[in-house]
Amino acid sequence: MGKLILEDGTEIDGKPFGAITETSGETVFATGMTGYTETLTDPSFAGQILILTYPLIGNYGVPDKKYWESDRIQVSGLIVSDYIDRPSHHQSKKTLSQWLKQEKIPALIIKDTRFLTKHLREKGVMLGKINFKKNIDFFDPNKINIVESVSTKKILEHGKGDKTIVIIDCGAKNNIRRCFLKRGVKTITVPWDYDPFEKNLKFDALFISNGPGDPKKAKKTISIIKKALDRKLPTLGICLGNQLLALAAGGDTYKLKYGHRSQNQPCILQDSKKCYITTQNHGFAVGKVPPGFNRWFTNGNDGSIEGIIHKKYPFMSVQFHPEATPGPKDTEWIFDYFLKKIKNYEKK
Amino acid sequence: MKKNKRIKHVLILGSGALKIGEAGEFDYSGSQAIKALKEEGIRTILVNPNIATIQTSKELADEVYFLPVTPEFVEKIIEKEKPDGILLSFGGQTALNCGIALQKTGILKKYNVQILGTPISAIMLTEDRNKFANHLHKINIPTPESRAARSIDNAIKIAKKIGYPVMVRAGFALGGQGSGVVYDEKNLIKTAQHALAFAPQILIEKYLHHFKEIEYEVVRDKYDNCITVCNMENMDPLGIHTGESIVVAPSQTLNNQEYHELRRASIEIVRSLGIVGECNVQFALNPRPQRSRFERWQNEQLLDYFVIEVNARLSRSSALASKATGYPLAYIAAKLGIGYGLTEIKNKVTGATSACFEPALDYVVTKIPRWDMEKFKGADKKLGSSMKSVGEVMGIGRTFEESYQKAIRMLDMNYEGAVSENENKKTSEILEGVKNPTPQRMFDIASALKKGFSVKEVHKLSGVDPWFLHRIKNITNHEDELSKNKILDRNKLLELKQLGFSDKRIGNIIGKKGLEIRKIRKAFKIIPSVLQIDTLASEFPAITNYLYMTYNANHSDIKPSRKNSVIVLGSGPYHIGSSVEFDWCSVNTVMNLKKHKKQSIIINCNPETVSTDYDISDKLYFEELTFEKIADIYEYENPDGVIVSVGGQTPNNRAKALHKYGAKILGTNPVDIDRAEDRNKFSSLLDKLKIKQPAWNAFSDLENAEKFAEKVGYPVLIRPSFVLSGSAMNICFDKKDLKTYLKEAASVSKKYPVTVSKFFEQAKEIELDGIAQNGSIKASVISEHIEYAGVHSGDASIVLPADRVNTKTKNEMHKISEKLAKELNITGPFNIQFLAKDNEVFIIEINLRASRTFPFIAKVTGINLIELFVNSLYKKNIKYIKTPKLKSTAIKVAQFSFTRLAGAQPMLGVEMASTGEVACFGADREEAFLKGIIATGGKIPKKGIFISLGGDKKKQDLLRSVLKLKNFGVTLFATEKTAKFLNQNGLKVKSLYKIHEKKSPNILDNFRNKKVDLVINIVDKNIKKEINDDHAIRRMASDNNILILTKIKKAELFINSITDKKFDDLMIKSWSEYI
Repeated sequence: MGKLILEDGTEIDGKPFGAITETSGETVFATGMTGYTETLTDPSFAGQILILTYPLIGNYGVPDKKYWESDRIQVSGLIVSDYIDRPSHHQSKKTLSQWLKQEKIPALIIKDTRFLTKHLREKGVMLGKINFKKNIDFFDPNKINIVESVSTKKILEHGKGDKTIVIIDCGAKNNIRRCFLKRGVKTITVPWDYDPFEKNLKFDALFISNGPGDPKKAKKTISIIKKALDRKLPTLGICLGNQLLALAAGGDTYKLKYGHRSQNQPCILQDSKKCYITTQNHGFAVGKVPPGFNRWFTNGNDGSIEGIIHKKYPFMSVQFHPEATPGPKDTEWIFDYFLKKIKNYEKK
Repeated sequence: MKKNKRIKHVLILGSGALKIGEAGEFDYSGSQAIKALKEEGIRTILVNPNIATIQTSKELADEVYFLPVTPEFVEKIIEKEKPDGILLSFGGQTALNCGIALQKTGILKKYNVQILGTPISAIMLTEDRNKFANHLHKINIPTPESRAARSIDNAIKIAKKIGYPVMVRAGFALGGQGSGVVYDEKNLIKTAQHALAFAPQILIEKYLHHFKEIEYEVVRDKYDNCITVCNMENMDPLGIHTGESIVVAPSQTLNNQEYHELRRASIEIVRSLGIVGECNVQFALNPRPQRSRFERWQNEQLLDYFVIEVNARLSRSSALASKATGYPLAYIAAKLGIGYGLTEIKNKVTGATSACFEPALDYVVTKIPRWDMEKFKGADKKLGSSMKSVGEVMGIGRTFEESYQKAIRMLDMNYEGAVSENENKKTSEILEGVKNPTPQRMFDIASALKKGFSVKEVHKLSGVDPWFLHRIKNITNHEDELSKNKILDRNKLLELKQLGFSDKRIGNIIGKKGLEIRKIRKAFKIIPSVLQIDTLASEFPAITNYLYMTYNANHSDIKPSRKNSVIVLGSGPYHIGSSVEFDWCSVNTVMNLKKHKKQSIIINCNPETVSTDYDISDKLYFEELTFEKIADIYEYENPDGVIVSVGGQTPNNRAKALHKYGAKILGTNPVDIDRAEDRNKFSSLLDKLKIKQPAWNAFSDLENAEKFAEKVGYPVLIRPSFVLSGSAMNICFDKKDLKTYLKEAASVSKKYPVTVSKFFEQAKEIELDGIAQNGSIKASVISEHIEYAGVHSGDASIVLPADRVNTKTKNEMHKISEKLAKELNITGPFNIQFLAKDNEVFIIEINLRASRTFPFIAKVTGINLIELFVNSLYKKNIKYIKTPKLKSTAIKVAQFSFTRLAGAQPMLGVEMASTGEVACFGADREEAFLKGIIATGGKIPKKGIFISLGGDKKKQDLLRSVLKLKNFGVTLFATEKTAKFLNQNGLKVKSLYKIHEKKSPNILDNFRNKKVDLVINIVDKNIKKEINDDHAIRRMASDNNILILTKIKKAELFINSITDKKFDDLMIKSWSEYI
C-alpha cells in the first residue's frame, strides 16, 4: 500500500500500480475523460501530483512515443479511482502500469478521487506527497523556476516554409509544433532562456509555449519577449506563454484557487456570442490586461481572462490550448489567425 | 436580444402512444420544452393523444389537444389556434413526419407558422438517404457505400466496385427476409437471386463487420456555437440497432484522437446542416484500421469511420445523454429554438456556470434495453437492425462492473447480475447466443467466459470489444474464486460490492441469504456512498440533488433528509404492462407531497421518464428498485416513510420485504396488500364477505384439473401461479386445449401449481378505480371495456363514462368495493376488475395500488386519485368526492407494435401485448373511438375491407354491423365461406383465395397491392381447422401496416364509427372544451 499525504494533514491510502518510489509536488486535479497519454506527457504538469477525476484509467493502454506530447511522463505522481490493467486498442504497446514503472512514476488507486477533488476545490490546490516506505518532504514546484527543467537543451529545427517561427520552449507540447508544421511553417525550437535576437537568428515571429509553474519565475523569458515587443515582432503565446506575454507587456498574473485543468472550459470571444470549448491546464492566470492590449477571450464559467490581443500590433496570446491533445480541436484556428496576421503585417 | 419577441403562441407536436422505437423519452423531451417556453411567458399548445403523459397535464401545456398527430388534424388545429411558431423536434419521428408533411403541403406557410429551431430543409435532407450521403461527401464526411441493384448483373458490378464483403438487403422486403453478408461473387449471385425473387430491388452495402458504433449528442445555437454534450459507445458492434444495444457513456475504448476526431466530424455535420437545437450523430468506427491507408501525419492518422445515421431532433439517445450527464438537452434545445444563445443560458445543475460547456463525468453509465419477447407469441428473438425492445434502464457506477451489474438488476427480471444461472444451456447454444444475439446475449457471454472460452474467442464471435469482455471476465473470475474459497472477509466483501455484486448474489454463491450478507456487510461498516451528478466532475458545487450510490467512494456528497421526507418508488423500466402512466402517478405524488410541505425522494432507474428529471423531486436517486438499494437509501435518508403504490407492480412487489425489514410503508398496510395479492388468501376473504368470483382452483396434476374443468364447464382460463417472465396464460375450450396448455405451462408440479378458473364468454369487463382512507372509500370511478372479458385490461378499449353499465350492476360494484376497502383497511389507491354477465357481478382481482387508468380518469373526470391519496396521508377524514356527470365521452385505445416484431401473432388475448395507449374525446363513443383508432395508426378505410369471420355464431353476431358497410363505398373482400354468407345476406363481397391455396385472386396479393386497408378477422376458437390461415392473414396485414380488428365488439364499434362519421365530423376541440 501507498499513501497520499497532503500538506493540510489529509492522508489517503491507495493501492500502487506504478513505480514504488516516493514523490512530492503540488496536488492538482484534471476532469478530462479521455487522453491520459497526452495529459501525462504534457510538460505543464511537471512537479505536480495529478488526480484524474474520470474513474477508469488505462482503458486503451499506451501508444508509441510518437503520439505523446513530450518524450516522457511529466507528472510527479498519478492518482486514480480505478485502474484498468486490460487495455484494448490497436495502438496499445503497453499497459499504463508498465509505462509508469518504466518511467519511475508512482501511481495510486484510491477509489474516492471525488472526495479529494472536492477537498482541493474547497481548500485550494496544495502540496502533497506519495509515500511508500520512506517519509519524504513536501516540495513546492512554484518556488523554483521549473520551466528550466522541462525546456529543451538543444536548438531544434523542423519543417520547411516561407515563414520561420521561433518557439521558446518553456515545456512545449509536441502538438504545437505539429500544428505549425501542418501549416507549412518552419520552426526553430529554442530553450526558455535563449535570446534569438542576441544570436541574430533569422525569423518572422515569436511563439511562447505552455509550461509549468509560476510565470514570474521565468524572468529571462520575459525579457526576451520584451525585446520582441519592442521590435514589433509578431508574437503568439499559449498558456504559460499567455501569462509571460502579459507580464512582459506590463500586465499581471495571479494564482487561481484550484486552476483550470479540463477539456470543457467555455471561452467567449470578446464582444461576441461566440463561445469555444477548450482544453486548459493552468494554475496561474492573467489578472491585469497589459496596457495597449484588449481582452481577447473570457472564461464562460468564472469570468477569468482567457486571452489578450494587442490593439495595434500582432501580439496575442491565449490561456487555453488551441493545439488540443487532449481535448477539442475547436480553436485550432488560432494558428491560422496568427499566421494570417504575420502575412498581413508584412504587407503593411 | 435574447428570445424572438414575435413568438407568443407555440404549437408543440407530441409523439402519441408509446410504441417500440418511440417511447417515454418523448414525454421527457416535450415536458422540458413546454417548461422552457412557459418560463418565457409563451403560450403553449400541445397536440398529443397520449393521455398518460406528464406533458398533457394542466400544470404544463396551456392548451392540450388529445388528437392524432397527423397532418389532417394538426392543420385544423393550426387553423383554429393560429400559433406563431411550431416545435417539431420534441415528439420523435411522428412529430417530425407530421411537420414535414405540413411543410410540403404549404400549410405552415399558409398560416404563417414559423418552425422554431432547426430549419425544415435540414430535417428533410437528413431524411433522404441519398441526398444526405451526397451532402456529407461534399464536406468530406464518409458514409458507407450503398447502391440499389435491380438485376444480378447489376449487383455483381456494384459489389465489385464497393469491394467484398458486402451486405445484401432486400429492398422493401418484410422482416429483413433475404438479407445477408456475402464474401464473394459466387455467394452474391446465390443471395441476390433469392432476394430478387420477392423484391423488385436489392441494396448492396459495404459490410462493416464488427465496427464499433459510437454516438454523439450535439447542440448548436444560432450563433454557430457547437458543443457535444455526450458521447456514447455501444457495447454491441455495428449491426445491432442502438436501441437494442448495451450502451455506455462516456466511450470507454476510444483514445483522445478517436474521441475528438469523431467529435469534430459530428460538429462539422451539425454546422453544415444549420441545426439550431439538438442533433444525434451515429458513427461506425473501425477498431483495426489499416495503417498504410489511414496514417498520414506522423501523429494525425485519419480514422477509418463512417456516418451511419443523423437524427436532427431529440431522440432516445438524447434522453439517455441527458440523464447520463445531467445536461437538460431538451430544455436547452427549446431555449435555443426561441432564439437564445448557449452562453446566455446557465447550467442549471451548478446554478453558476455556463450552459455552453461539455459535461465531464466522474462515473460511468450503462444502458441496457428491456425486452419482453415472451409476450409476443411467435416473435423472432434475434436482435438486429430493427428495434424490438420496449424499454430501458441506466446503471450508474464508478467501475464498469458496478454500473453494468446494477443495470442488469434494474431490468427487474429476477437477474442478480452479470451471471444468470436461470437457464441450463448447452455449450453450443451459448456460443450460438454469443454469435447471434438475443436478449439473453449478455448472459451467454458471461457463461462462455465462465466455461473457459477466452476473451479472444468470445470477441471474435460476438464483436464485443475485448475491453468489455475483460470487465465481464473480471466479474466471473470473482464469482469463481468466491465459490471456490467461500471466504468473505471485509476486503473481499468490499471488493465484490465495488464490482457491483448484490448481497443476494454473494449470498447465493456462498450459500447464505441476502439479508445475512447485508448483516455481515453492515457489521463490517460497508455501506454505499451517495454521490451527486454535477456535470463538472466536482469542479464546481452542484445545487441539484441528482444522486446515485456507489461503493467506489467513502464519503457522501449530501446530507440525509430525515424528518418530513418521503421516498416515492418509481416504475422502473417500461415494459408490457408498466408504462408512462406510472410515471405520471409518481410525478403527481411528488407534486402533491410538495403541497403538504414534504420533501420528496424519488427512486427510479428509467432514463425515459419525467420522474428522473432532477427538478421534479427534492432528491432523485437514479437507482435500482431492488430491496437492497431501497433499504440502503431508506437507512441513509431516514424518511417518514415509503410510498410503494404509485409506480405499478414493481414497487408494490417490494412492500412485503420492506415492511418486514421495518421500513414504514405509507398507505395500505403491506399485510393487507398480501391478503389481496395472495390468491388463496384473497379467495377465502371473498368467500367470507360473500362476494362472487369465477370458480377456480390450483392443480398440480392433469387429472384433477380436467375434473374441475368438466365440473365448471369449458372454457377455462389457466395460468401458472409462479411465472418467471410473465407468460403462459391461456383460455382452454376443451380437454385437448387444457392438456396442451398445461404442458406448455411445463412446470406442473406441487411446487408451482397451475391455476384453473372458469372463463365467461361474452361477459362484460368493468373496472373500478378508487381511493380509500382508513377503509372508507373517498372517490371511485367506474370505467367500461368495449371488448368482452378475455382481452387483457391493458389491451382493451376503455370508455368513460361507463354509460352502458346498468345501475344495478354499478350499485353492486360499489357495494363490493366498500366491503373490500373496509376489510382490507385500504388507505390509498386501488383498482378492482369485475365481470358482469346476466346482471351478475363477479370479481376478477383487486390491486391495492394505482392502476394504469389513473391518468385517464384524472384527465377525463377531473378526479386526481393520486392527489386524494396524498391528501389522505396528511389530512384527517378527507371529503368524499362524487364522480361528476361528464359532458363528453372519452375512449382509451391501446397501441400495438406488432409490425415491429417479425413473426409475432397480432392478436388480443388474456395476456397483454400493447406497448402504449392514447385516449380521445368525442361527443359520442363513435367519435372518440374513431379518433383513438386514427391516433394509434389506423385509418378510415378508403380502398377495401377484408372480412373473415370464423364460425356460424360469430358470423351472425357481426352481421348487423357488417351490413352497414353496404353503402360505405369501398370494395369488400372475404374468405370463401364468409363471402358466401355475406352474399346470401345481400352484401356484395368478393371472395378471395386463402394464402396457402396459392390461387388468384389471393388474399396475399390484395394485401400487398394495397387494395385492402382494413382487416376484420374474427376467429372462433371452438373451430379446429386442418390448416390455420388466420395467423398468416393477420401477420400479412400487420406486415403491410393494415389495421386489423380481431374482436367482435371492437369491430362493431369501428364499423359504426366509420359508417356514422366522416372525417370532417371529428371535432377539433381542446381538452378544456370537453371538460
